[in-house]
Amino acid sequence: MTAGDRTGDGVPSDHGPPGRVRLRTESTPRSATPPSINGGGPEPTRAVVFDIRDMAVYYGQNCALADTSLKVYRNLVTAVIGPSGCGKSTFIRSLNRMNDAILGFRLEGRVLYHGHDLYGSGANRVEVRRRIGMVFQKPNPFPKSIYDNVAWAPRNLGMKHRLDERVEQALRQAALWEEVKDRLRDSALGLSGGQQQRLCIARAIAIEPDVLLLDEPASALDPVATASIEDLMHDLKHRFTIVIVTHNMQQAARVADRTAFFSLDITGPARFGTLIEYGDTETIFRGASDSRTRDYVAGRFG
Amino acid sequence: MSIASRLVLGESGRFDPTAPLTPSGNLRRRTVVDRTVRVIATAAALAAVAMLVIVVYGVFVRGVSSLSLAFAFQTPQGLAGGGIFNYLVGTLEVVALGATIALPIGVLTGLYLTEFAGPRSRVAGSLKLALDVMQGLPTIVVGLFIYGLIVIPQHVQSGLAASIALAIVMVPLMARASQEVLLLVPNSLREAADALGVNRWRTVLTVILPSAVGGIATGAILAIARAAGETAPVLILDSIYNPNQTTFDIFHGVPTVPMLIFTSVELPIPEAVARAWGAALLLMLMILIANIGARVWLARTRAKMAR
Amino acid sequence: MLFALCALAGLLVVVTLFDLLYQLAGDATPAISRFGLGFLGHTTWKPGFNIEGAGALIYGTAVSSALALVLATPLGIAIGLYLSMVASPRVRATVGPLVEMLAAVPSIIYGFWGLVVLVPFVDHLEPGLHDALGFIPLFGAPSTIGISVLSAGIVLTVMILPIISALSRDLFLTVPEELKDGAAALGATRWEIIRGIVLPSTASGVGAAVVLGLGRALGEAIAVSFVIGDVNAIHLSVLQPGSTLAERIANQFQGALNNLHVAAMFYCGLILVVIGMLTSIAARAIASRFDVNRTLGGGVL
Repeated sequence: MTAGDRTGDGVPSDHGPPGRVRLRTESTPRSATPPSINGGGPEPTRAVVFDIRDMAVYYGQNCALADTSLKVYRNLVTAVIGPSGCGKSTFIRSLNRMNDAILGFRLEGRVLYHGHDLYGSGANRVEVRRRIGMVFQKPNPFPKSIYDNVAWAPRNLGMKHRLDERVEQALRQAALWEEVKDRLRDSALGLSGGQQQRLCIARAIAIEPDVLLLDEPASALDPVATASIEDLMHDLKHRFTIVIVTHNMQQAARVADRTAFFSLDITGPARFGTLIEYGDTETIFRGASDSRTRDYVAGRFG
Repeated sequence: MSIASRLVLGESGRFDPTAPLTPSGNLRRRTVVDRTVRVIATAAALAAVAMLVIVVYGVFVRGVSSLSLAFAFQTPQGLAGGGIFNYLVGTLEVVALGATIALPIGVLTGLYLTEFAGPRSRVAGSLKLALDVMQGLPTIVVGLFIYGLIVIPQHVQSGLAASIALAIVMVPLMARASQEVLLLVPNSLREAADALGVNRWRTVLTVILPSAVGGIATGAILAIARAAGETAPVLILDSIYNPNQTTFDIFHGVPTVPMLIFTSVELPIPEAVARAWGAALLLMLMILIANIGARVWLARTRAKMAR
Repeated sequence: MLFALCALAGLLVVVTLFDLLYQLAGDATPAISRFGLGFLGHTTWKPGFNIEGAGALIYGTAVSSALALVLATPLGIAIGLYLSMVASPRVRATVGPLVEMLAAVPSIIYGFWGLVVLVPFVDHLEPGLHDALGFIPLFGAPSTIGISVLSAGIVLTVMILPIISALSRDLFLTVPEELKDGAAALGATRWEIIRGIVLPSTASGVGAAVVLGLGRALGEAIAVSFVIGDVNAIHLSVLQPGSTLAERIANQFQGALNNLHVAAMFYCGLILVVIGMLTSIAARAIASRFDVNRTLGGGVL
């Protein structure tokens, strides 16, 4: 396969309309594996976490995103880049059903998560979000103490055993422990923006999800805070599968193993976001096959 | 990577990410709690709507047989016959007079709060508090106040006294409505006028008030609808009148619809009680229709101004 | 010029309030000088003998309002939650105004309806309540006709329910979407979001709404006067008739026997004003922690 393949890795995009949930196991035979990111050599088959097929998202009559198929692999950082309005946020929010509450939201195509249809009749929305955590663009700590921010979700889930230890671990993994260990009972709203965002990451990983979705997590932060969050991602990917939306190309180049470039489809009368190119980060940035990708990463638009 | 090695934080809450997306762990129990709460909340809302239906229906079935053109346009004959024309006219007089007093005071107060007082002004703060307190006054106490202020010195109950009491009920409502609408007038309008060197008061009169007039009017209608049903003040201030006569003499007792209901309820004459139900139905319909109309209009005005 | 007019209007509002206090105190003077503060605790009300005390009235006011709060607070919060967190925007836009319409119905109609429809119903209910809960003094021996403090409490519940539910709905809707999303993304159920995020961050506002409802219940005269019986007695049982401050004025002012009787009712009015002012100020103080002024307007509320 070619690294810059339109649909990610050669999976034909000729699936019919979404029908019944078809269970797929992780060992679905694959004709091609994603190319190595570690400097050549065949990559061992990685498990597929998300298998997105012909995804299209509508808000009422408006099509926000269409014609998008890609696979997200376990324990990699997958970046989603593109100009504003190209459906990046819509895309990532559709991966843990955060869009469900939006009036008129409709998703076509299929999103398979470990082979299970995320939008199938058997899929429980709360269960989905318990497995697929999300950190948002704007830091949104709860108006509670630092400790309670992290401990809240584990308590709900019944993970009350050694809760203090769990909170400490989560804060350590979010590289926040040293800064807050003496004021765990203070309000989280007193933290700086960067600390708040790391608290939100700690909050998300405290319940040990399978996937972390990061929707422009550093866009509201200063460069120092941004750097600390990027460092964090290198550590976290060993334990989680990470999908990150960013409008910052350098950030994608620094943190991501694989990169998906989204843009507006302006060929037809209706404008909607769509996946243009998906592949190994190096390929996207150094040798993209689509001219739009090359223009974008070269800073010629967006 | 095996699942077990990924879970370093503890044993509980473990899940297999490849399992179907059906509830795992304690989610089943939590879902039951969640559903229960939703059912309770829905039932509470249904109960409130049912309450409204029960009250409206209860009044409707008892009052509808009395309603007729004659009921609205004839004066009473005896204790139970005829219509309630004079009561309707009386309520109209008292409420209209009250609104005439309350509207300028309410609107000017709203103007003061939005156009002339700074956001951190202490005077404005006390005025808002005063409006809150005024709105929270029991209306029967407003009746007592006006009784001491006007009825005792003049030695006569009057429609005018009731009007003034109703004005006190309406002022805070109208002030609040004006204030809310005036806050919606975009600051760019004020700045544009200021930039042209126009006086503030001229700006207010020619630019700000006209663009807020719709909202103020709907607020006024809501306040009037509220005052029209007020019984406590008229009971204290305007309960002595000729029940069979249409009067425009507001310096003496004027019959009003709420007083008709209040006095007829316990009369041992079924026809009088039936007439009271008819009056109650008519009063309620007018108030509810005014409310619904004002709300629809208000929502539209707000949507237009917010654009 | 316009400024002067506006300032004058504002001044008039403030002056009216002070004059109201002054006027009521003045007209209550005969009763104040005769009974003093003992008026508040004395439970005899015999205008024919020139003996008046508001003890039973204060008791009845407190019990009927407390009853209404106990019923309307959970109901109102549940309705607020339904409208803000459960119902779809379309249902919210229909059901919300319907609930608010309960506040538009005049008190005279609640009184009339209460007397003719509710009281007979409560009369049916009371023996059962007494049989089931009679071991609690509150549900002691019932009256014979359904005219009771319980009936007053139910009418007041219906009257303050729209206040509490509309205000709490508006408060719940002010909780930022980001916070609810953040909680949902942690695998929380709707109820967990409500209990963990929505209720804690709006608690003081809901408190203010409840206090506003309380203020309304304490001062309601007409509706209560129809269903409570105006009996000057302190019964532990809410199934017995009673009386309240506001209701007493509505029932007896027209037929007052003498000047002292009138003055005693002005004294009652003065007590009501002080209570009313305290509740308004308390609601404001509770609410001032964040800006709920906008939602406290509500026009008909």
